[in-house]
Amino acid sequence: MRITLRVWRQLGPTDPGRLETRDVPDVSPDMSFLEMLDVVNEGLIAAGETPIAFDHDCREGICGACSMMINGVPHGPNRATTTCQLHMRTFRDGDTIVVEPWRAKAFPVVRDLVVDRSALDRIISAGGFIGVSTGSAADANATPIPKTVADRAMDSAQCIGCGACVAACPNASAMLFTAAKVVHLGLLPQGQPERYRRVLSMVRQMDLEEFGGCTNFGECQDACPKEINVAVIGRMNADFLKASLSNRDEAA
Amino acid sequence: MHWARAFAESTIGKKIFMAASGVILVGFVLVHMTGNLLMFQGPAAINHYSAFLKSSAPLLWAVRITLLVSVAVHIGSAWSLTLVARAARPARYARHHAQVSTWGARSMRTGGVLLFGFIVFHLLHLTTGNVHPEFSPSDVYGNVVVGLRMPVVAAFYVVAMIALGLHLAHGVSSLFQTLGLNHPHWNPIRHRLAIVLAVLVFTGFSTIPLAVAFGVLR
Amino acid sequence: MNLRSKVPAGPLEKKWDQHRFDLKLVNPANKRKYTVIVVGSGLAGASAAATLGELGYNVKCFCFQDSPRRAHSIAAQGGINAAKNYQNDGDSIFRLFYDTVKGGDFRAREANVYRLAQVSVDIIDQCVAQGVPFAREYGGLLANRSFGGAQVSRTFYARGQTGQQLLLGAYSALERQIARGTVQMFPRTEMLDVVLVDGRARGIVTRDLVTGAVQSTAADAVILATGGYGNIFYLSTNARGCNVTATWRAYRRGAAFANPCFTQIHPTCIPVSGDYQSKLTLMSESLRNDGRVWVPKARGDKRGPAELAEADRDYFLERKYPSFGNLAPRDIASRSAKEVCDEGRGVGETGLGVYLDFSDAISRLGEETVRDRYGNLFEMYQRITGDDPYRVPMRIYPAVHYTMGGLWVDYNLMSTIPGLHVLGEANFSDHGANRLGASALMQGLADGYFIIPYTIGDYLASTKPAKVDETHPAFREVESEVKGRVTRLLSIQGHRSVDSFHRELGRLMWDHCGMSRTAAGLKRALARIPELRAEFWRDVRVLGGEEEFNQSLEKAGRVADFMEFAELMCLDALHRAESCGGHFREEYQTPDGEAKRNDDEFAYVAAWEYTGDGNAPRLHKEPLDFEAVHLTQRSYK
Repeated sequence: MRITLRVWRQLGPTDPGRLETRDVPDVSPDMSFLEMLDVVNEGLIAAGETPIAFDHDCREGICGACSMMINGVPHGPNRATTTCQLHMRTFRDGDTIVVEPWRAKAFPVVRDLVVDRSALDRIISAGGFIGVSTGSAADANATPIPKTVADRAMDSAQCIGCGACVAACPNASAMLFTAAKVVHLGLLPQGQPERYRRVLSMVRQMDLEEFGGCTNFGECQDACPKEINVAVIGRMNADFLKASLSNRDEAA
Repeated sequence: MHWARAFAESTIGKKIFMAASGVILVGFVLVHMTGNLLMFQGPAAINHYSAFLKSSAPLLWAVRITLLVSVAVHIGSAWSLTLVARAARPARYARHHAQVSTWGARSMRTGGVLLFGFIVFHLLHLTTGNVHPEFSPSDVYGNVVVGLRMPVVAAFYVVAMIALGLHLAHGVSSLFQTLGLNHPHWNPIRHRLAIVLAVLVFTGFSTIPLAVAFGVLR
Repeated sequence: MNLRSKVPAGPLEKKWDQHRFDLKLVNPANKRKYTVIVVGSGLAGASAAATLGELGYNVKCFCFQDSPRRAHSIAAQGGINAAKNYQNDGDSIFRLFYDTVKGGDFRAREANVYRLAQVSVDIIDQCVAQGVPFAREYGGLLANRSFGGAQVSRTFYARGQTGQQLLLGAYSALERQIARGTVQMFPRTEMLDVVLVDGRARGIVTRDLVTGAVQSTAADAVILATGGYGNIFYLSTNARGCNVTATWRAYRRGAAFANPCFTQIHPTCIPVSGDYQSKLTLMSESLRNDGRVWVPKARGDKRGPAELAEADRDYFLERKYPSFGNLAPRDIASRSAKEVCDEGRGVGETGLGVYLDFSDAISRLGEETVRDRYGNLFEMYQRITGDDPYRVPMRIYPAVHYTMGGLWVDYNLMSTIPGLHVLGEANFSDHGANRLGASALMQGLADGYFIIPYTIGDYLASTKPAKVDETHPAFREVESEVKGRVTRLLSIQGHRSVDSFHRELGRLMWDHCGMSRTAAGLKRALARIPELRAEFWRDVRVLGGEEEFNQSLEKAGRVADFMEFAELMCLDALHRAESCGGHFREEYQTPDGEAKRNDDEFAYVAAWEYTGDGNAPRLHKEPLDFEAVHLTQRSYK
């Protein structure tokens, strides 16, 4: 099949960048989207042009590196699929495909389709952990956890930190990312001692990184390759309210 | 930083303020709408009701101040969150396809601005009478019938109520989420409640300008 | 070169306890005076960096990914073993130890494996305390599943994403230390060389992948946790970024490389579909519990699976291994699939694939039950191939998955370069010639959480390294070598892309040093590799600049190192004239085609020493003595 690619090229954070049009004549429907870009890049190299930069690593949908807005949708049109697992058979012969980087102030463009997502790491660093130093743990079965609770914690813990939620949100909000971690740890008995302290500092960091606020559009949930539900945001809101009222010293 | 200030300055805090003030305003809208329907019982009923509301000045002002503060908080939070959101995405997408967000959700900001304009007009029109052709402080019934006889004004009232309906359709369901009252089991009910409320409020309010326009109320 | 393993004396089960007592300690107030570099942020690197930070060391952690959370440990699916015996099914530390040594075909060091089994129980405790949401039973206690090579249920898991959850646990511990200032994180920074001062590892030279700046970092000790080298085959289940550069550069500075030919092939991967293929995706081995593996009986039979009658099908695993059938171990299942494809009976367009058929399971158990068990996997398969496995048999083929070889380390996880420690898949230690399922995660975390924090203290306390900083001439020298290499890669401006060279190298290695090997093939590869390497340095085309974000340049450096490493791998495979675990030499098999070990001549670790470019590496042998287990021939008939 043949497609027309309109792809964002930008040398660095200060370059204004532009969409470049490329004709890609030799696409196999069995290629993944990234393999299609590999082929385009091989062609560029042969022609002496610099290849398109894009983040990718595991290519099996779990590392969270790939990050592309494909025809205006993060990771492309398929549900619960990362860009690396999106295959060209999803598109039709003759399609024009627009590819852009995630866009958010907190995700400055490094080059072409590569953005800097270290803001997400800093949110985790602010409190997305259980403060247990190595060696001090009790026996793993000392605290039983109901299966349903463990399963719900796992639902949130599946986040791959790709940033699709931010990319999809009209407000460029990182609430789904932040809430997924707050809820994962907040559901487990091990996470209780730091529960309110955690939500306060993670939300503060999230705001400091200049992500937008949540206005309940729901786009993040739809874009999330791991189908994390916006219910986690509601739970985080409640925890935040409770934390602000009950842990005033920490909140200050 | 004082905890309350930290709370108010956080994006979640602002949303919670918006939701809380929204609850008050929704309550007001429902009471207001119920009162309006007295129009259909004739001039005496509505004028009597109006006089009753104004019978205690301290109470009246307490309610008015609460409402003013709520509106201010509601708009202030929205304004501030809008600025944050704008700043959070300085470069726009060449192509962006919203997948699931509803009309209601996407029209919150423009709808909100329209509603604010409507409220100002409505107060000048039927509370203070500044923009009313024949305003009489004691004859609410007459004010309404005369005031809505102009088709443009009636149409504006109906349009504003459409905006209010949309605003509530997203806002009411959204405020539960913002206040953390979100449970997969209750979510369908929450969304339905918002729709029912939105339709109810739109119908309840719109019947009056329509009734005036079609000569049911005269 | 001295291969002193430093395994402590005394009975097996007392060695680690005694050793921990004998190890010197660093006074808490002095720990922050020591700087430790950790390269890599996977399970081993992140757990080591976090734990050393907690202890108070000044840690600097480097990874080439944009975030430490993306290291390839994240992709491990199945689970993590631990000798908890929660199922009361007869497990014990000794049994886990025994299974691991036997599974590794008796090519691992007993004392290390025993210690691994001992600390396995602490890992689970630690991870649960960190909030890792392991699967649980309704009673609230942890669930276990069984895994290949074991007769007990000792594998802990978090759906099909155990590696992800364990890594995120270690990553959160790491982020906590970053916030406390004990760990400084350098993402998108690739280590390109080790720096030695007075014979000790005292730092590294890195390239900032965003700005292209080549910089030095000095430290009192260096830890490499940089994973395996499976990507030498170009196509593997590894992430695209996985590479041999860190360990290869260390080897060139004097660290011995042990058993480089021990690679593991996983039998159930999605087959290659075209030349553009960049990655092979693993399908969980659990599929073999209900799927039946078959190919057409006749060569070149191109009819679709539905048109082939029962009589035209060869269920070759069931035929050859009647008692284990489709559940034969990884290496055996992989080799059998290769055999039938080599005979021209493979399926699919490329002829490199065999069917994994669920139609019997669906008619026996019903589609619902099958969906319950394998729903996610079927979905993933359909997403990638476009075929619906409920209607059409899956096609699978073996793929390179893990490398047991790595830098040689002693009992303290220190390489032959003093001060250079190696953890996780990057070292050679615990899996011998074949790794059992769910043991890689266990080893990475054991090394990082529970071993290196003790042993590195001993190194620092007993050597008391002198102050060295980045102004030392040794750093200047290595920096200029690194810069020289980078400039050279960019200046060639030849005709072929980096990927085309990598693909050719991979093909060569897969053909001659892959699932089965012969002396003749290895010799052919050994003749071809230097030619290919010369071509690479003559004709590679790397575009873009030096001081900018340049992914082609990153790849070029990694492929250049694979080109050198390939030779060592083939050399090791050629010298090991026996078949064991993942290393199958066609000349050494039993009459019915099974791997034939030669314990008299090859019960040793082959550790190779670099002797300069153009010179043959020198082989050193660390003999393996088995006191606790008896050497036996594996049989799965």
